[in-house]
Amino acid sequence: MGHLIPPSIMPFVLPVLYAVVIVAVLPLLAGYIVLMERKVMADMQARLGPMRVGPHGLLQPIADAVKLLLKEDIIPDKADRLMFWFAPLVSVTMALLAYSALAIGPAFQIADLNIGLLFILAVSSLGIYGIVLGGWASNSHYSLLGALRSAAQLVSYETAAGLGLISVLLLAGSLSMKDIVQAQSDQGVWFGFSVPFGFFIYLVGSIAETNRAPFDLPEAESELVAGYMTEYSGFRWSLYFLAEYANMVIVAGIATTLFLGGWLRPGARYHEHIPGTGIEWLDALPALLALGVALYSLSLAPKQPVKIQKVVMLLVALLCLGMAGVLAGALIAPPAVMQGIHGAFWFMAKVFAYIYAFLWIRFTFPRYRFDQLMRLGWRFLIPLALVNVIGVGVAIVLRQQFAWGPIVSLIPTTLGTLAVAMLLAKDDAPTAAASLADGE
Amino acid sequence: MGSRKFGNRQRAVEPQDGHERMSNEHTIKTIAGMDSVNTTVLGADEIILNMGPQHPSTHGVLRVKLKLDGERVAGSECIIGYLHRGVEKIAEHRSYQQFAPYVDRMDYVAAVSNGLGYCEAVEKLLGTEAPPRARVVRTILTELQRIASHLLWLGTHALDIGALTPVFYCFREREEILKIFEKYCGARLTTHAFRIGGLQYETYDGFEEDTKRFCNDFAHKIDEYETLLTENRIWVGRTKGVGILNAADAIALGVTGPVLRASGVRWDLRKAQPYAAYDQYEFDIPTRESGDTYDRYVVRMEEMRQSRRICLQAVENIPTGPIMARIGKVLKPPPGEVYHSIEAPKGELGYYIVSDGTTQPYRVRVRPPSFINLQAFDKMAKGSLIADVVAIIGTIDIVLGEVDR
Repeated sequence: MGHLIPPSIMPFVLPVLYAVVIVAVLPLLAGYIVLMERKVMADMQARLGPMRVGPHGLLQPIADAVKLLLKEDIIPDKADRLMFWFAPLVSVTMALLAYSALAIGPAFQIADLNIGLLFILAVSSLGIYGIVLGGWASNSHYSLLGALRSAAQLVSYETAAGLGLISVLLLAGSLSMKDIVQAQSDQGVWFGFSVPFGFFIYLVGSIAETNRAPFDLPEAESELVAGYMTEYSGFRWSLYFLAEYANMVIVAGIATTLFLGGWLRPGARYHEHIPGTGIEWLDALPALLALGVALYSLSLAPKQPVKIQKVVMLLVALLCLGMAGVLAGALIAPPAVMQGIHGAFWFMAKVFAYIYAFLWIRFTFPRYRFDQLMRLGWRFLIPLALVNVIGVGVAIVLRQQFAWGPIVSLIPTTLGTLAVAMLLAKDDAPTAAASLADGE
Repeated sequence: MGSRKFGNRQRAVEPQDGHERMSNEHTIKTIAGMDSVNTTVLGADEIILNMGPQHPSTHGVLRVKLKLDGERVAGSECIIGYLHRGVEKIAEHRSYQQFAPYVDRMDYVAAVSNGLGYCEAVEKLLGTEAPPRARVVRTILTELQRIASHLLWLGTHALDIGALTPVFYCFREREEILKIFEKYCGARLTTHAFRIGGLQYETYDGFEEDTKRFCNDFAHKIDEYETLLTENRIWVGRTKGVGILNAADAIALGVTGPVLRASGVRWDLRKAQPYAAYDQYEFDIPTRESGDTYDRYVVRMEEMRQSRRICLQAVENIPTGPIMARIGKVLKPPPGEVYHSIEAPKGELGYYIVSDGTTQPYRVRVRPPSFINLQAFDKMAKGSLIADVVAIIGTIDIVLGEVDR
């Protein structure tokens, strides 16, 4: 390939290729996260969820996408047309842009920026302009209220989430996504275990940032109809939708990288080999898992009621079989290839586990009220995050001055933060008719 | 061709009353002479938000006009009538029996209760009474209906507050009750289960077992809902201290049912003036003191437990005998008037019927609990946030079919 492309543009080829892949794959991924959401929701609510389009609703996202593309595009009469057109683009562009710095495995990253995390945070918080502009341009009260709520919420929770991330940055000493994962590998512990409160604060903050329940006030259906998206329909609406789900993957990716060891395999210190081979059991796990899913779908195929559903189910089985093949093939490939492929697998597995936690929370808790949301952010999360950051600083001093181990040195910090959390929670107990002024 | 099919398009896009959205200058038309939103010139920071008649959480076609200062409600006004069908007027042109199915369409999530109230009112007018067996079966079905109605309330109320899951659990149990109704009379929602003078149908084989099985299972199910909500910090935060209605205001506004009892007034028609077979059973009237949304939640949860208790007692001992009183095929009540009220799931459901001695009532006036409870909305909502407004609409437990009739 090298001799076909002038050397001057060579460094851009791979990133552009990745970018094309991301733009092409992400809408599909978002669609399937929606399907996953509906299936998880159905499971928790004692029902089946989508079952009609494709076997077990597997083609539902495609049907939804076609429907959204074909819908009439409505711009309200009194809307600001330019801004109305522009706003969803801002949201979705910023959400996609943030992917460029995300390291999906050691091999898959568009740009390994030395300020990677900062870049992701900066770009993804620009996405709020899309929401605020869209809410304002719609010229509707519901949209406006949704947009205002969104702006206030993002400002409050970005602070808390950012402070949660700082605790990890202190430990890792870098903003590059790759270096942060490397630091976890070197120190032999995922940062989510060494600073559990940092993780907790980021978890709460990230739910709020992505406007998911119980912090979904900007689009609270029962109050504001659809919040800032009320006047949008068809493709524009689906851009917002895509941005929301893309953002979910982003925050899950950040959490995975910073707290859950990124692409590192769980049980990195466990090296039991399969007898007679040089392959570790845990490395074989992904391939076996994919094989299991393939066999399961194969067994489901004859049970499908319609012929075409049988075919689709067989295709799914084939796809899983192919994945199993790739994952198994990686085992005998050179270590760099093997790490690239398996790293991507573990990264995505962790991202989906994180998203599952999002869904679980969504279907369990009622929604916060606006003033309560603000109170939680400013009176609980931010003080807690500050204490946590100071505690991590103390731990680093302990580590350097007294040569304490990486985990032992953080135990006092965790206990101290826990004590503060309990104090704050006591103070934060729900009170009757709390005023908005309290939250601000 | 398209334009002919859908009527005159031009008329549809003409501005209705010429006011610009989001302008702050215009005044609001007076509708009912309430002192809240009407005829008030808006302040600089205030906007008018129209909730409904199409809105996810106004429980039908209720329209609420809110004057907002930021997110805070500075005034509110309920606009009703979108579901008006003239039920009371229809009654004047139907015979007494013919009108009975119409009452099911008022509070359509508690049709059995509506039917009970109407049948007993006409029986009172006729000076007759349903036989004991009919009265007990009526009590069982009405109490099951109360549970079904409260389940619907719980599910939708939780959904309004953002808890997405309880509604499905509630519908799962409500389904069991609807199945019992279906087996008994063939209908699930608008059942027309009772007849003037008693019952048309004998209970089916297995009615007692079905009811017992439901009641026994239901005890655990209620606990399940409570684990999701009762001590949930967010739920408590969203409902405690929201939409407070004190006892004096509640009485002054004529509020009845769980809303009144949550304000600390021990008033339940099943005890105060027993009807059907309620005087034979032991049950408690749950009350709470502070009259906020949380208390109304607790009261209704406890009411479901008490209804279950009544059902279990009643189904143990259903008397044998006829199910229909001896009344003629053509009902001609003597001239006169009667008011009879029952404790429907949402409060006092009263029927005032005037007879002129013919086969058709001269006048039927319904006192629907939702309509009168809704009057308390403005009092509850003032000073709260938009999010509380949906909680308050949910906690009053209105059914627009009954409010508008």
